[in-house]
Amino acid sequence: MSGRGGESAPDPTAPAIAFERVSKWFGAHAALRGVSLAVAPGERVVVCGPSGSGKSTLIRCVNRLEAHDEGRILVEGIEVDDDPRRVRAIRREVGMVFQSFNLFPHLSVLENCILAPMRVRGMARAEAEELAMSYLARVRIPEQAEKLPHALSGGQQQRVAIARALCMRPRIMLFDEPTSALDPEMIKEVLDVIGELAETGMTMVCVTHEMGFARRLADRMVFMDAGEIVEAGPPERLFRAPEAPRLRDFLAQILRD
Amino acid sequence: MAALAGGLAYVAHRFGSVLHYRWDWGSLGGALLHWSVAHHAWRAGLLLEGLEATLRLALWSSVLTFLLGFGFALCRISRSLYWRLLGGLYVGFVRNMPLLVFLFLFYFFLSSQILPLLGLDRLGHGAGPAARFWLGLLFGPPRELSAFVTGVFCLALFEGAYVAEILRAGLQAVPRGQWEAALGLGLGRRETLWRVILPQALRASLPALAGQVILLIKASSVASLISIPELTYMANEVSSSNDHVFETWTAAAALYFVVCFGAASLFARWERARGTALAAGPRA
Repeated sequence: MSGRGGESAPDPTAPAIAFERVSKWFGAHAALRGVSLAVAPGERVVVCGPSGSGKSTLIRCVNRLEAHDEGRILVEGIEVDDDPRRVRAIRREVGMVFQSFNLFPHLSVLENCILAPMRVRGMARAEAEELAMSYLARVRIPEQAEKLPHALSGGQQQRVAIARALCMRPRIMLFDEPTSALDPEMIKEVLDVIGELAETGMTMVCVTHEMGFARRLADRMVFMDAGEIVEAGPPERLFRAPEAPRLRDFLAQILRD
Repeated sequence: MAALAGGLAYVAHRFGSVLHYRWDWGSLGGALLHWSVAHHAWRAGLLLEGLEATLRLALWSSVLTFLLGFGFALCRISRSLYWRLLGGLYVGFVRNMPLLVFLFLFYFFLSSQILPLLGLDRLGHGAGPAARFWLGLLFGPPRELSAFVTGVFCLALFEGAYVAEILRAGLQAVPRGQWEAALGLGLGRRETLWRVILPQALRASLPALAGQVILLIKASSVASLISIPELTYMANEVSSSNDHVFETWTAAAALYFVVCFGAASLFARWERARGTALAAGPRA
């Protein structure tokens, strides 16, 4: 393990994300109990599990939207801790897509996308706009660039949120239930965009309930329950031959139809 | 409606038959505008001079109110206990005291002790005529500057507590996901506040802020009690010299109404402009 606490320059040879016996409590409730997990560069990991199992908390600890209480988290060798410089260095390299999109409602689609490249990367406006338009084209909504977010459908908003995160050219993308707030007919357009992104070799961690999607996309599937990783492995194996009884119950419920 | 009409008729009846009050709007003429023989020009009368001072007072104390209110709102939402306590102390102290008492405390204790140290009375002594004109237009005559500054600070410190609470509520009403999205993109807390949170908080707070500005304009009338020659002070002067109390105070009320209504319309227009900007574009 190369990460010493003081380092703030990313190390591309280190695991993209390493959790080492990470615990997190909300009051008396343990959201994570000694979770260890290493995500290799370029790996696509899907995290699933019943609600309240700690899967969202797990990925929110990666970019310090939640502070873990015990253990260590290293992102490209940089330790995630209270040091604001290191936290910002990590956030620059880690993109996040939220369940509720969280677009900035007072800014146009284009302005949503160029804000961070200009303010964080110091990019000139023209360059940032060009970059943003290329990513908006990639998520297939370049024609909406001048609109305000609330004029868009949920699926379109989530695709803008993906483009906005990509404009920072992150090496790691975190998806926190990206399709859970969408109407059924819009889920596919968002999953297609994420699927295309997966083919570019970007490191991805995705919390989702879309089992078919997980099966197609993931290199590894992680099943969590009650703040612990119960079982992890290639999705085909987990679906075909789940070992843990809790995973069997979960799959039986989710795949009953 | 019938009750209102009846009430008005009763008041008119009292004026006409009981008080035997003789309305004489002509008596007000000189208090609004008068012909100056010496200058060969129309000059503002006492009431209009007072109106000018009221506008000056309202303008500068509004500006200062927003700065203070914003600063203390930030204190109130700070992550540090020290700043939160400071903000809470200020709001708690100011809001639980009548404006007039606050003004007198402020005037007799603070301004008589602190302001002379600043040397405000010497301000503008070396200025040329153009600079003196602008200083006079913006801040009033130099010899009244010390009272004027006291009035501005007092009103701003008082109203600032209310604006702090309005802005705090606005800032806290912005969903947490907005902070998370901006911070997650690598923006700092200050940039997030300034570019993402504040614009949304301001939009939500606009109606309440408009109300507070109108309250401030009206509250500025208490400044007459520390001898700032603003509209209320002048109306008092005029009514005691011309003995036409009803006309004078009706005129003062009309002038206040025009100013407050104007301010309200400006805010309403601003709100509409932002509202329509948001509504642009059909929902897909």
